[in-house]
Amino acid sequence: MLPNIIRKYSLIFGFLISFPIFYYSFIDYKKSGNLNTKIISFSFLQLLFILISFICLIISFVISDFSNETVFNNSHTTKPLFYKIAGTWGNHEGSLLLWLLVLTLFIFIFLLTSKKQIKSYRILTTIFQQIIIFGFFVFVIKTSNPFSHIFPVPNEGHGLNPILQDPALAIHPPILYLGYVGASIIFSSALSATVLNYISSSWASHIKTWTYISWIFLTLGILLGSIWAYYELGWGGFWFWDPVENVSLMPWLALTTLIHCLIVLEKRTLLKSWVIILSITTFTLSMSGTFLVRSGILNSVHTFANDPERGIFILLFLFSLIILSLVIFFFFNKNQDRNSSNFFWLSKDTSLLINNWFMMYFLSVVLIGTLYPIFLDVISSEKISVGPPFYHKLIAPFLLFFLIAMAIGPKLSWIKSKFVEKFSLISFFGISLLLSSYLVFKLNIDFLINTLLLSTAFFLFLITLKDFFINKTKNISQKISHFGFGLFILSVLLNNFLSSEIITNLKVGESYDDGKVKIYLEKVEKFKKQNYESVIGYFDITDQKNKTEKFKPELRIYNQPVIITSEADIKTNLFYDKFLVINVVQNQNYFNLRYQFKPLMSWIWISVLIISMGGLTNLLYSRNEK
Amino acid sequence: MFGRKVKLRILFISLAFITLILTIFLILKSLEENVVYFQSPSEIRETTELSKKKIRIGGMVKKNSISMNTNQVNFIITDFKNEINVSYMGVLPNLFEEEKGVVAEGYLKDRNFFSATKILAKHDENYMPPEVKEALKEK
Repeated sequence: MLPNIIRKYSLIFGFLISFPIFYYSFIDYKKSGNLNTKIISFSFLQLLFILISFICLIISFVISDFSNETVFNNSHTTKPLFYKIAGTWGNHEGSLLLWLLVLTLFIFIFLLTSKKQIKSYRILTTIFQQIIIFGFFVFVIKTSNPFSHIFPVPNEGHGLNPILQDPALAIHPPILYLGYVGASIIFSSALSATVLNYISSSWASHIKTWTYISWIFLTLGILLGSIWAYYELGWGGFWFWDPVENVSLMPWLALTTLIHCLIVLEKRTLLKSWVIILSITTFTLSMSGTFLVRSGILNSVHTFANDPERGIFILLFLFSLIILSLVIFFFFNKNQDRNSSNFFWLSKDTSLLINNWFMMYFLSVVLIGTLYPIFLDVISSEKISVGPPFYHKLIAPFLLFFLIAMAIGPKLSWIKSKFVEKFSLISFFGISLLLSSYLVFKLNIDFLINTLLLSTAFFLFLITLKDFFINKTKNISQKISHFGFGLFILSVLLNNFLSSEIITNLKVGESYDDGKVKIYLEKVEKFKKQNYESVIGYFDITDQKNKTEKFKPELRIYNQPVIITSEADIKTNLFYDKFLVINVVQNQNYFNLRYQFKPLMSWIWISVLIISMGGLTNLLYSRNEK
Repeated sequence: MFGRKVKLRILFISLAFITLILTIFLILKSLEENVVYFQSPSEIRETTELSKKKIRIGGMVKKNSISMNTNQVNFIITDFKNEINVSYMGVLPNLFEEEKGVVAEGYLKDRNFFSATKILAKHDENYMPPEVKEALKEK
């Protein structure tokens, strides 16, 4: 009971502190001199109150205080401690509290680290950020109160959806949120810089840090979600173009574009308006991601409760933020001289612009694919869904040019470049073309598009690999990330070409044999665990080389709520994954099983990790420079 | 007539415009080809022309209708008014159960038989796909 009360009041206090922050910011904005330290103190106080509130919610989850509605709906006494804690943000109310916590944490860090910037800019950023915080406070208190009481106190809670009881997914929301909410600082800062006409190369290098931070977290967050979907949902792949995945990909695309634009802005003071638009877009996409996922419009594991009021509130809030930012953009954005006379087509600027065009194209494809079904449902109540073929068809052809631009672009110098390396580039392309046509020919798959895709991927891979040996420290982060991306596309393509799968239904003692692979179901055993019953199937799988491996895929029958989940048995090594997942159907003695052979699966994960490492290197490296 | 700068700008803007139009056209075209429509068993009964494209069918899995063998799973999807036989070869989701909501994606063989390529059942025991809810409500 006690943590409940503390939590409630600390949240309200945190909300009330918004007012003095607004007050002092407005007063101090006109004055000259240093920043009023009260603003920083109040920001800290606000952070502290939300932190207390959040910790109390965690405590309620740990001690299973079912007088709290959120805990009652999402926890259970038999749940392991780790998932009791993770359950705090595994639900709607708790996750919004986490949003709020990160929002206040970031503005506090921003205030501490922006001492070199001018005062009015710092204050204005605080005000914009506080508007967002204010909106979220109203949202949390009004529609998703994490401390609604239940009386009489129930003895047992509803439990957390077992599919979410997983280590990767326990840390997925906080990491993803750090990425999403990091975009809020970029948003606030871009708006205030627009108002003050402060967009400059020094601003670019200052905000770049924030962009990298949220980009790294967003990348890692998406990676975790993707890994989880791979082994927990048993879909047997790494990306499904599910709307929920798409809403996290969209801010990522916008953020990646923004990073590239900031590089131009930092070096050449170009593309100012474009940078502002991108900053606004990124945060808008993060917010709409939250809206789409939380409102229940998209069907997914993230849809906890379909409360229309919540959806409408976020939508209204989102619209007012967009309108606010558009008004600011149109009224304050001065059209600067673009000194276009210096513009030469074969330069780094152009290649970065090309990157922008491609990214925007990819973004609009994903956006339309995700939103069109919702749109159509509203206007004609026709239910449709857009599947992977749509995305593959639209993205694959453009990926060719994108990869080539990505390989060559960084080699061009600023403004004007000479084709000194022409020869080595062409020879590298020749090598990749030969290599991939040989591979495609060997694999006997559709020739033209696959050869082209594979050779451009090889090209990028080889070029970036080569770059590591020349000028080792120059642009190291870009090299790492681009190398990671080359490796990523290469692994995805090869994985796609070489994967094979077997789907069959077996009884105990039966076996499946297609001449290449033999699957034998030896026995099934049951075990009792803390909050579930485990059913393990013992399989022997013999591959072409007559090597027999034992697989033990598991079914978990959770007691609260009663849900069956499949735990795939995955044998991973550096070259391939072997993946076996089983399922039962009620009143049937057959086991439904899927066996997949997936080459280079681990390289997909590793390459994404390398991509994010590139961002991290940049952070560390630029710090050392200063 | 115009200066070099203006000409360049006009060229740039018109190029950008054309690219934009082409992009939108391309996206919408392939959207048209790749969308999957959702229908309820009753709607299939009522339509005059059977679609050859991939569709989704949603409803409840009828009680005692699941049968299995090594190669496939057969069951009946019902909206309590009309029903359709579904045959499926593939992985079943964990929450696939009799008298629970289900969405099957695949091709119609005729008015009574549907060959599914994918079965979707959602991740929550209380969850009902909105399409299914609506299809059931209409009865």
